[in-house]
Amino acid sequence: MRIAGRKISGGTIAVYLTVIVVTIIMLLPFAWMLSASLKLDRDVFTFPIEWIPSHPRWQNYVDIWTKIPLALFIYNTSKLTIIVTVLQLLTSSFAAYAFAKLHFPYKNTLFLGYIATIAMPWQVYMVPQFLLMREFGLNNTHLALICLQAFTAFGVFLMRQFYMSIPTELCEAARIDGMNEYQIWAKIMLPLSKPALSTLTIFTFVTTWNDFLGPMIYLTKTELKTIQIGLRMFISQYSAEYGLIMAASVVALIPVLIVFLSLQRFFVEGVASSGLKG
Amino acid sequence: MTLAHPALSDNQTDVDRKRKVRVVSKRRRRVENALIAYSFIAPNFLGFAVFTLGPILFAFALAFMHWDGSNPMTFAGLDNFWRLFQDKSFLDAFWNTIVYTVVSVPATLICALGLAILLNQKIFGRDFFRTALFFPYVASLVAVAVVWNMIFNPDMGLVNMVLYTIGIAPENLPGWAADRHWAMVTVILFGIWKSMGYYMVIYLAGLQGINSELYEAAGLDGANAWQKFIHVTVPQLAPTTFFVTVMLTIQSFKVFDQVYMITQGGPGTSTLVLVYHIYNEAFISWDLGYSSMIALVLFLLVLTVTVIQFRRQRED
Repeated sequence: MRIAGRKISGGTIAVYLTVIVVTIIMLLPFAWMLSASLKLDRDVFTFPIEWIPSHPRWQNYVDIWTKIPLALFIYNTSKLTIIVTVLQLLTSSFAAYAFAKLHFPYKNTLFLGYIATIAMPWQVYMVPQFLLMREFGLNNTHLALICLQAFTAFGVFLMRQFYMSIPTELCEAARIDGMNEYQIWAKIMLPLSKPALSTLTIFTFVTTWNDFLGPMIYLTKTELKTIQIGLRMFISQYSAEYGLIMAASVVALIPVLIVFLSLQRFFVEGVASSGLKG
Repeated sequence: MTLAHPALSDNQTDVDRKRKVRVVSKRRRRVENALIAYSFIAPNFLGFAVFTLGPILFAFALAFMHWDGSNPMTFAGLDNFWRLFQDKSFLDAFWNTIVYTVVSVPATLICALGLAILLNQKIFGRDFFRTALFFPYVASLVAVAVVWNMIFNPDMGLVNMVLYTIGIAPENLPGWAADRHWAMVTVILFGIWKSMGYYMVIYLAGLQGINSELYEAAGLDGANAWQKFIHVTVPQLAPTTFFVTVMLTIQSFKVFDQVYMITQGGPGTSTLVLVYHIYNEAFISWDLGYSSMIALVLFLLVLTVTVIQFRRQRED
């Protein structure tokens, strides 16, 4: 900004200093985690901290795979996350197309059903939802978590808002060209809605991957657990094995880090745009 | 003229038939269109209705029932409601949730806004800082919460070691998660650290939407940086602040995960929050009716705050 450009350099230095200090504080837990993951348990809490261990203990990263079924937890979580995200994207954009571009009876009533629940915390109805799933025999299945997370009001709302901004003339022109509604959705709307789709992908991915309370309520069998509750179980079982816990935590963070860094441009844009449209 | 002209009458019925066909086909097309529209909505709506709308309605009914999940349900009237006032844990949870919200909402908002203003300047490495500050928001909660516990360990954690080094006597060092007066502080600090980056990005988008001519005009009027902030930035950001406040408030009312992982609601009930109490009553005590009544309180809290904030927004 030009206002900042005109300022004396003392101000600029202060800005840099603040930003750098805050960033270091924000990233400190990650640095600590990485450093501790390469240490023996007894060295984890030595002070002053040896940030880069002189004898890095890589063995921690070998041991975690045998101490807990970490690979299985990651597989379970990936499976759930991918299925939920795909279902969420497909069904939300499908429904949103009708809400944004088609006319049909009870459109507003149905949409109100979505809107009314958008601010409703899941925690308000998690208990009856659990009872319902138990009734369906879905307790201790991944299907329960898929059903629970794949059909959200947020997804439909986000996609609809985006579709509303696409000119209706585009759909009409396509209709005149002889396309049916499904073709218009697939060939015109979907390719145009990449920003909204990536926003929704990111939100769904992060929410599902990091979900804790859901899996904790539904999954009690170890072989079904996700990385979050699996890691939690490991932490309570081996509470004194700090090095191992940190190594497992680092491993649990890596998939999120990869997805985040590769999509971070969309992340920031997506968060920003969903924030503005409210 | 008893008989109409054959050609004319023929013509007439033809037009009639055509009109009728048109009306029928119009109606049929309308039905067809509606069916197509419903086919678009059905996959999502069925899932949504069964797994969200249904349970929500069930939750409201359950709040007025006694049920342990296996024996037959019985009608409870307002029993569960009156019980709230005698339940010390509920009152603590309610109070703690309010404290958490009242402290963490403004604190997070101010941090996020401050950082957004700093990062909105043309500084070197801006994208890196933005990404780094956003990362805690997406990081796995379990992984970062365990680090948090170790860093804030009262006896050997980094934070207390640093405080000790700068001259704070060992008996004055905070007990963090293990101390009933500091436990809530620990949870709040964690919450701010975790979610600040997200709201910073929303504020950044808001800042970028402000017309730079407004700043220039303010500059011509002789406004200094602080006056520009108060008279241009703050009012221009009002819609963003509104959105951030609503989001943050709802997030704070339903806080659970971090409490579960950092303090388990303790020591005592010092960090017990509403969702934690709902969880305990439902899945530990199997008192499903009562837990739904607490959930109803949570819902009313969220609803009240949202309505108040929307009203205020409209007045502005």
